[in-house]
Amino acid sequence: MNTAERYLTLNSRDLRLELEELYAAYTACLDEERFEEWPEFFVEQCLYKIVPRENFERGLPLATWLCESKGYLADRVTAIRKTAVYAPRTMRRMVSGLRVLGWKEGVLEVRANYVALETLQDEFTRVFNTGQYRDKLVADGGRLKFKEKLCIFDSLLVPNSLIYPL
Amino acid sequence: MGARHVWPQEGISRIPYWIYSDPEIYAREQERIFCGPSWNYVALEAELPRSGDFKRTFIGEKPVVVVRDQQGSINVVENRCAHRGVQFCQRHLGNAVEFMCPYHQWTYDLKGNLIGVPFRRGVKKQGGMPADFDPKNHGLRRLRVACRHGVIFASFASELEPLEEYFGPSMLALFDRVFDGRELRVLGYSRQLTPANWKLMFENIKDPYHASLLHVFLLSFGLFRADQPSKVQMDATGRHGALISWRGDQKKTEDNADMKSLIDNFKLQDATLLEPVREFPEYTVVMTTLWPNLIIQQQSNTLAMRQLITRGPAAFELAWTYFGYAADDEDMTRRRLRQANLMGPAGFVSIDDSEVMKFSQAGVGPYPEGAGVMEMGGRDWKDEQHMVTESVIRAFYAYYRQVMQI
Repeated sequence: MNTAERYLTLNSRDLRLELEELYAAYTACLDEERFEEWPEFFVEQCLYKIVPRENFERGLPLATWLCESKGYLADRVTAIRKTAVYAPRTMRRMVSGLRVLGWKEGVLEVRANYVALETLQDEFTRVFNTGQYRDKLVADGGRLKFKEKLCIFDSLLVPNSLIYPL
Repeated sequence: MGARHVWPQEGISRIPYWIYSDPEIYAREQERIFCGPSWNYVALEAELPRSGDFKRTFIGEKPVVVVRDQQGSINVVENRCAHRGVQFCQRHLGNAVEFMCPYHQWTYDLKGNLIGVPFRRGVKKQGGMPADFDPKNHGLRRLRVACRHGVIFASFASELEPLEEYFGPSMLALFDRVFDGRELRVLGYSRQLTPANWKLMFENIKDPYHASLLHVFLLSFGLFRADQPSKVQMDATGRHGALISWRGDQKKTEDNADMKSLIDNFKLQDATLLEPVREFPEYTVVMTTLWPNLIIQQQSNTLAMRQLITRGPAAFELAWTYFGYAADDEDMTRRRLRQANLMGPAGFVSIDDSEVMKFSQAGVGPYPEGAGVMEMGGRDWKDEQHMVTESVIRAFYAYYRQVMQI
């Protein structure tokens, strides 16, 4: 039995545990700023978007952040590390209310709420961004990876700048 | 204005820091600039295609509603009930047959006329409005409206020049370059709140000097460099300005040795972000600032209106409306959406600006007695055939001082 089949035959409790582990690893990677490892959570041909709810609901295609391949994610990391100028910050992400919608032609659909808390110098920690993940995962190289990750955020106003991934 | 509001004797080559934080100056700007004789950008017609479509927006900090009425005309009214001042419209975009204030249900048609007052004649012969109460005198305040090629501007002033004269010939030509009458298509919105005075945003887009230094991303890819062909242009008053450039090659040369942040070996893993096609004649990038609240962005194939909304002396909202043309094919739309990654709250380039504007406010706010030095390219203002200049910022302040009488 190959890995893809293994995931497909997991009972719902075990699948949920796998996903809990995956999302914990994902947020830990970002919270700990191991950004170089972040693209590894995705397959080569992937889609990562951060979209304000107003665009999503109106069917407007503009994303605040758009990556259409794993290479694109790596380019974002290069920008974070080498080109962008920004104030020091830490960000902590919480994922909750994970819902497993099920498999469809080898693609697992998952939804969850997320909150990203931002801490800047001279300021109290604030809710920076909150919304819903709408994710599509596939089995790849022995683990589940994101084929698509949409972060649809609630607050239409972004507090100044969005630098780190969600 | 008090003694602390004396402009430095050097004139426009100095910018006193009290203009970025003083509440009195901010109040005066609302009155003289945003509510004064200026055409403020409010919407694109493409946002309001059908009758009844409305958009809630702001001029300065004042809430207004832009609406297309049953006859197809565009009206702009104050978003403030004539009765008790309630901001009656709460949705960014929508469609309505009339506006009703939720508090006492005063109702207005789409031109702002008061058409309904509950209990106007009282209840069981008790109460009611005085017999001489005339709804005609209690409509929503209407603003003057001007539209050109799908772009809507409004003004609180009762008298001002037509929009085309207000732009002046050189700015009008740049405006018509993007808005040539073709039907537009809105691609989406982006909004950010930046903790800085609104003028810092305008200065940023009137300042080509910083772009080749701060924006490592831009200069690494030859998108904007001090040594590439470029120019700055203004209208006759200095209030509007444009930074114009066209693409150069991207080798390291002696001329750009000062650009320390140049990275030679920086290559994108996914180059689709930077595969622009030539779309407009002559120039690759035209960033136009139109007094007092609009930046028109044409960076290769990414087009956006950036509307400045003031939120007190130390904050502004930047409302981005990205657009293309209704006739764009899928490839062009995809290109516009990809290149949008450069701009906005998460833009490869714009992040630097919003962060630096915050740093600026953090420096100028606590030191109102200080002043900025604005001498790059001289101490006066005029059009230039290069970008090593702060001429456009000086022009802005020459006009600002006249309007503000400071």
